[in-house]
This record gives sequence, structure tokens and C-alpha cells, in this order.
Amino acid sequence: MLYRFEVPGDDFSRAGHASTEIKRIMQQLGLPLRVIKRTTISMYEAEINMVVHAGGGVAEVEIGNSQITVVLRDSGPGIPDLELAMTEGWSTAPEWIREMGFGAGMGLSNMKRNTDEMSIDTVVGKGTTVTLRINVELGAS
Amino acid sequence: MTVREAVKAIDGTFFCGAEAGDVIVNSACGADLMSDVMAFVKEQVVLLTGLVNAQVLRTAELMDIKVIVFVRGKHPTADMVDMAKDLEIALIGTRLSMFLACGRLYEAGLRNSGTRPI
Repeated sequence: MLYRFEVPGDDFSRAGHASTEIKRIMQQLGLPLRVIKRTTISMYEAEINMVVHAGGGVAEVEIGNSQITVVLRDSGPGIPDLELAMTEGWSTAPEWIREMGFGAGMGLSNMKRNTDEMSIDTVVGKGTTVTLRINVELGAS
Repeated sequence: MTVREAVKAIDGTFFCGAEAGDVIVNSACGADLMSDVMAFVKEQVVLLTGLVNAQVLRTAELMDIKVIVFVRGKHPTADMVDMAKDLEIALIGTRLSMFLACGRLYEAGLRNSGTRPI
């Protein structure tokens, strides 16, 4: 099953809407709690990043029998130094984002911690595609 | 400790969700950064925060947090209260600072932070 969401870049109060929708869908499908939590935490962080840094984009979620794949594409400014961006505590988020409770520099490491595979394709000036894969472990609670 | 006992310990009041008063809580986490909540919280905690916006509720929803305490006399908006009711999340307010609210709960017996080892 494939689900597609437009993530608007101009309304921070709606950021995370796609992730919470996916949580509901996964709960209805009866997926293990741990898989739901890992998917939605990593997707939420990616969604917030897309709103904060890239002016929104598109999120696609494929729920397979053995793996969840989340692909988030934006046409934002790209990430000039990916290694630096992966460092916990490092952030380029503006002050107003920090006032909203984000921009702590935990986003990418949170995403990595909660996925089995994560890849980031980024081109400065063109955009970023983040792919998150979470294995469905049957019997996991 | 029940949610009602926690509210009493911090001289708090319910904005919504008073019917959750008998629910047992075992751990609490104080944070203003929602990424930290997502990075460290493992259990169903009481979340104490000075941050008042919709992302607090969204974070709580994703983390299965059912009780939020707004410290320093902060009030949620009417939209937030409506959203919390839909999500069955209890919203509580206290005039205490974050430090004192956490301290009161700790003193009252809530000792577990509900976070992964740091």
C-alpha cells in the first residue's frame, strides 16, 4: 500500500500531520507498536525538517509486509555538509524554530536511531530526498 | 501515583481530561525541546513543558503521552484544548516553574524519568 502526502511549507502548526495520519493507518493495520513508533518518530523529524529548511515537499509511505519505506522529497536548498548535519546538537534552524520546540540538532540522529536504513540524497540548490526504511519485525511489541 | 495526585502535588488544574484523574502514572519528563522528548523518552510519561503550541500535542500523540503539564502559568489555546480532547490527552496547568513542578512530583514519589540511558 502506498500513501502520498503533500507537506505544506508555510504552516508550521500543520507540520507532522502526515506522520500522525500514518500512525493512525498503521494502528488500523495492526502493525507492531515498536514499528509504528520508529516509523512515525523518524518520519515526523523528517517532516519537520522539510517544513523548516525546505519549504515543504512530498512524503510517500509504502507499507509492505516486511518493510516500511518512507520517502520525503523537497526542492529546498540542499545540505552542504551532510556529516556535520548528522552531528547531534548541530543545527542551522532559525531562532523562531527553536522557540517552537525544535532545532535542537537531534533530528537526523533521531531519524537514524529509529530506522534500519536511512539514506539522504542532497544537491545544494536543488533539493533533498530522504529515504527511511524500517523492518517489520513480526512478534515485536 | 494517580494523575489526580500529581495535579495536587503541583497545585495544578485541569484544562481538559479531568476524567483521566484515576490513571496511574509511573514516570515524568520535563522538556521544552520536542526533539529531546522524541530522542529520549521511552515510556508513557507525564510531560512537563513550558512550550505551548500544537507541536507539543503532536509529539505527545506520536509518543503515546497522555498527560501534559504546562508550567509557569502557561495556558493552551482553545484550539489546543479541542485537539487534546480529540486525542484523549489530559492538559494540566501549574503556576510553578519547571524546576519546582518537577521537584514536587519527585518529592511526591514520582522518581522514574522514563527515558533511555543517556
